[in-house]
Amino acid sequence: MKSRDPQRQQGAGWLFVSPAIIVLGVFLVAPIGMALWVSLSDWSGSGSPISGDVNFIGTENYNALLADPGLARQDLMISFRNTFYYVLGVVPLQTMLALSLAVLLNNRFLRGRTFFRTAFYFPSVVSSVAISLLFLFLFAGSGAINNVLGWFGVNGPNWFQDSRGLIHIFGDAVGLWSIASPPSWMTSPSVMGLSFWEWFSGPSVALSAIMMQVIWTTAGTFMLLFLAGLQDLPVEVEEAAMVDGANKWQRFMNVTVPHLRPTILLVVTLGFIGTWQVFDQMYVMTQGGPAKTTLTPAYLSYQAAFTNGDWGQGAAIAFILFAIIFILTTTQRWLMRDKDASAQKRADRGVRRQRRRPTRVIVEETQRKAQSS
Amino acid sequence: MKNQKNRLAAPFAVGLASVLALTACGGDGFEDQETGGDAEEATSAEGSADLVMLIASSGEAETAAVEEAAAEWAEESGNEVEVRVAADMNQELAQGFAGGNPPDIFYLDAAQVAQQATDGNLHAYEAEDNEDYFPALQEAFTYEDTQWCAPKDFSTLGLQINTEMWEAAGLTDEDIPTTYEELAEVAETLTEGDTTGLVFSPGVDRVGAFVVGNGGWWLNEDATEPTGASEEVLSGLEYVKENMAEGSFAYAGDVDAGWGGEAFGTERAAMTIEGNWIRGAMSNDYPDVDYTVAELPEGSEGPGTLLFSQCWGVASDSEAQAEAVELVNHLSTPEQQLEFAEAFGVMPSRQAATEDYSSAFPEDAPFIAGGDYGRGPVNAPDMTQVVADLNSQLEGISSADLQQMMESFDSNASAVLEQ
Repeated sequence: MKSRDPQRQQGAGWLFVSPAIIVLGVFLVAPIGMALWVSLSDWSGSGSPISGDVNFIGTENYNALLADPGLARQDLMISFRNTFYYVLGVVPLQTMLALSLAVLLNNRFLRGRTFFRTAFYFPSVVSSVAISLLFLFLFAGSGAINNVLGWFGVNGPNWFQDSRGLIHIFGDAVGLWSIASPPSWMTSPSVMGLSFWEWFSGPSVALSAIMMQVIWTTAGTFMLLFLAGLQDLPVEVEEAAMVDGANKWQRFMNVTVPHLRPTILLVVTLGFIGTWQVFDQMYVMTQGGPAKTTLTPAYLSYQAAFTNGDWGQGAAIAFILFAIIFILTTTQRWLMRDKDASAQKRADRGVRRQRRRPTRVIVEETQRKAQSS
Repeated sequence: MKNQKNRLAAPFAVGLASVLALTACGGDGFEDQETGGDAEEATSAEGSADLVMLIASSGEAETAAVEEAAAEWAEESGNEVEVRVAADMNQELAQGFAGGNPPDIFYLDAAQVAQQATDGNLHAYEAEDNEDYFPALQEAFTYEDTQWCAPKDFSTLGLQINTEMWEAAGLTDEDIPTTYEELAEVAETLTEGDTTGLVFSPGVDRVGAFVVGNGGWWLNEDATEPTGASEEVLSGLEYVKENMAEGSFAYAGDVDAGWGGEAFGTERAAMTIEGNWIRGAMSNDYPDVDYTVAELPEGSEGPGTLLFSQCWGVASDSEAQAEAVELVNHLSTPEQQLEFAEAFGVMPSRQAATEDYSSAFPEDAPFIAGGDYGRGPVNAPDMTQVVADLNSQLEGISSADLQQMMESFDSNASAVLEQ
């Protein structure tokens, strides 16, 4: 029966999709599977990881990173702390900067629109390595940034050598504590190998310099996404808002932003993923220093594998990072979901279910409700 | 029924594809693993060998000199040598070892020997006339009683002094410090305004010299146990910390510099501690700064400097180890070492070449002298991360609790050494 059906040619179907399946399998599924295996093995980096000399050691690598007190866990926690502050600083700022640039450049009466669009997008096209090197010079102890700060009488720090955290500096400045001798209630208890003092350091000066660079570089890319979103906004809607007497700010908040909601969701998601995976800047500029304050999970993973020769831990860090990004983006999508739309959907579903249900059930239910109340 | 079959088919096909890919990866030549070690017979190519050499070159001059020397040997012996310059040595070596086709011969840092030897990546050999190498260098490449490779060249730390500031402070050659007390004194004299007496880069590779001078070291002699919290180590660190508190010592970062040489060149430092590589940097970037070089002063337990060296590593996976060792022999003759010295300023690792080198480069005498008493890097497997952690803690030495800092180093080090 089946084989005679001219609509169903399974063999041909598989044949046509096989190139895609093979490419995905070889370059995506197999490497991920291999990395997962390495993270569960004691592979030392010589020879094939699936040869007989390599032993399965269960979750030992994950234990060393997450459970056992030691250097591996301490370094991973430091990298999480750094990245947490990094994400907290970069994602909102780059999103807001990109949105404002897009709205400004979407103004139909702006002269030289094309020039500005190219100019703002330019940093995103230039290789991040080249930009990183440039920033190394800009933020050097006697570099351009400090010279400019000098005009205003500010004695700039030696950016990439300064490991002091911003929260520490702030507290020191307002007299809350002294960086040289931190209060004992903050140093004594330690959580996952780091004291409260270390957890609440804030991003270091060195990390802040990197954050500025990344915001500057990526804002252009996301500006492009917002510009594309704004092209879809019908002029009539905005005019209608104008007629209703809405001012500029009200139009922005009540017309533009709701219209851009899907784009904002996309930009924030991409921002989360990109910032948690940050690697290039650390590799080129700081190698995790000063005092490990620019260590990130991605760079730590690289370092564990290639410098320390601990391939299992390197792979395990990569999977832990994957889990974190997955959980965070899922949470963020759930938080930023369109509440009206999902409420509407749920209501529709409810109505459909009610219709499908036999009347008897509904009757029983109403009776039960009546009794219990 | 049919529907379900279709749903199962897709993952099955992907799974099959990945299994195929995995077996393809595992196919070629991974089975003939060698664990290395001196008991192994050196492999030898049939007929002429095609050697691949991976070097981390300091620049055009080094690449050209090594290529020329290798080509010379290839010509004489009838083999082929391809010299590759690594952009990231660690990474490219790791890829070679993982893929089962590492370069036959490569630069290997003394700090990496124990790790690579433990992982079974090295073929242990001794070059001709091994006894002629500086004993400290033989020691630096020895792990578990085996010398794994032949030292290529070496460098040590010396004390650079800015001549102009030295004279301006009324100091003469008589005053060149020979003890740590004298060093602290002249540093204090030289500290004035924007200039700090002695500036050096942070980390074990500079601070460690003062630990050695006080008779201490991070690990015990056999590198089996940490000795970080010992009195000798702590007194070395205490010396640095005290002088930093006085303001006469500083880290390069504290004077807006990236490393000791930059601080010295920009004259924010009257003295610095660097190796002979500082010559190139000074003549290129700061040609107007006049300076002299002295040996590092002696601590309470005698002279102390640090020694950095690389060797010619030969891979255990190489199919032409015998030829690779022959090539090393050719590259390590005293004559060839002197040629390298002239081409790109490295110091010969053979004592037989020392005299000629000293007469050709008399100003390097303080660096050469360090070859007799210098101390190589920490040489034990899995210590990279522990040393990196110590480095990051040493950055904050001026406000650190030294006892606590070294206890944490000891506990981290014991954790990996006990494995």
